Amino acid sequence: MLEADNLECVRGERRLFAGLGFRLEAGELLYLQGRNGAGKTSLLRMLIGLLPPENGEIRWRGELIDEAGEAFRADLCYLGHLNAIKEDLTPLENLLSAARLAGLTLCEDDAIDALEQVGLAGREDLACKYLSQGQKRRVALARLVVDRRPLWILDEPFVALDVAAVDWLAGIISGHLQRGGMAVMTTHQLVAIPAGTVRELRIG
Amino acid sequence: MLNIVFSVIARDLKLAMRRQADIVSALFFFVIVVSLFPLGIGPEPDLLRQLAPGVLWVAALLATMLSLPRMFADDHRDGTLEQLALSPNPLGLIVTGKVIAHWLVSGLPLALIAPILGIQFDLSGDALLVLTGAILLGTPALSGIGAIGAALTLGVRGGGVLLSLLVLPLYIPVLIFGAGAVDATVSGLGGEGHLSLLIAMTFAAIGFAPWASAAALKIALE
Repeated sequence: MLEADNLECVRGERRLFAGLGFRLEAGELLYLQGRNGAGKTSLLRMLIGLLPPENGEIRWRGELIDEAGEAFRADLCYLGHLNAIKEDLTPLENLLSAARLAGLTLCEDDAIDALEQVGLAGREDLACKYLSQGQKRRVALARLVVDRRPLWILDEPFVALDVAAVDWLAGIISGHLQRGGMAVMTTHQLVAIPAGTVRELRIG
Repeated sequence: MLNIVFSVIARDLKLAMRRQADIVSALFFFVIVVSLFPLGIGPEPDLLRQLAPGVLWVAALLATMLSLPRMFADDHRDGTLEQLALSPNPLGLIVTGKVIAHWLVSGLPLALIAPILGIQFDLSGDALLVLTGAILLGTPALSGIGAIGAALTLGVRGGGVLLSLLVLPLYIPVLIFGAGAVDATVSGLGGEGHLSLLIAMTFAAIGFAPWASAAALKIALE
């Protein structure tokens, strides 16, 4: 269970939001909405512990995320607006090394399956610098296929994807919610997520 | 615990192998800078022998500096650094892996090529051996200290110059004892004392620097 209480965010001189709180239970999805610059990404970075909030606290399973530290990060999967893939490595190498660095065990067959699911079959061995923007995004999203950690924090996951891929990703997120996972995401395109409880939070 | 260090080393080495131009250019920089001195000074063996340790070490410091700005910058730009910081492993251990990988592609090649360059300065066999040993033992400290500077200047515009200003003064002890070891051998005093101090500095740098860098990286990621 993820709880945020009385969060305040100040960037530069400006206060983006204050007194923000929510509670997310297993199987729930939180849609963050708001205009550009409202502080959606800042809120996500607070939730993953990279940006300390000006005020307020964030708890994971009842424990402050700073104190839970490694235990919290072991439950967390974050997908930012940067893809976190290495241009010089192939999609397969990217997926395997990302899993290893995140402390997950992933065998090569599962990784190849995941890449097939995101529509990169036959391109496993091509360096990522030769892929298009959308394909690079798909390499990053392939991490979600094999990820079984309970908390997903996704920053604009639908950007650069075509219609079919958007549907596919909505399915992946539904599957995650059905398994009892939680997700927090920002998006400007409202995409219907077929399963789980969807809640909305509007900032600004 | 050690698994993560090895995973990071393996990943960084693989990336370095895909971009060999970076390794080779730092190495050529070292070779050219060192070779310019005998050409400029002229064939005076006594003078060259005296200059050799200092010249080789200063060139090694500068060659190490060349690759420092990219130590974290690439990972920062493509978002990998965020993922590393969110890994359930301590960031200090991950940075330890990056420092070791940096040394393997920058310091180690310098040490291997240094004895060949030393011949240009008419150094004796003993002195060449100590020179290689000193560079081998001292360069890990350079990578470690450099990591702190690279982390502090991450994302700063014009960070390259600032990085040199931050890091070069901290390299002075390594320079003094590294060059001193060769000097002492040439003058017959024996360089063991200097080498022991280099080893101590390397251990201190490898043990402490990654955690300081990790703290700086967390600030850069805010």
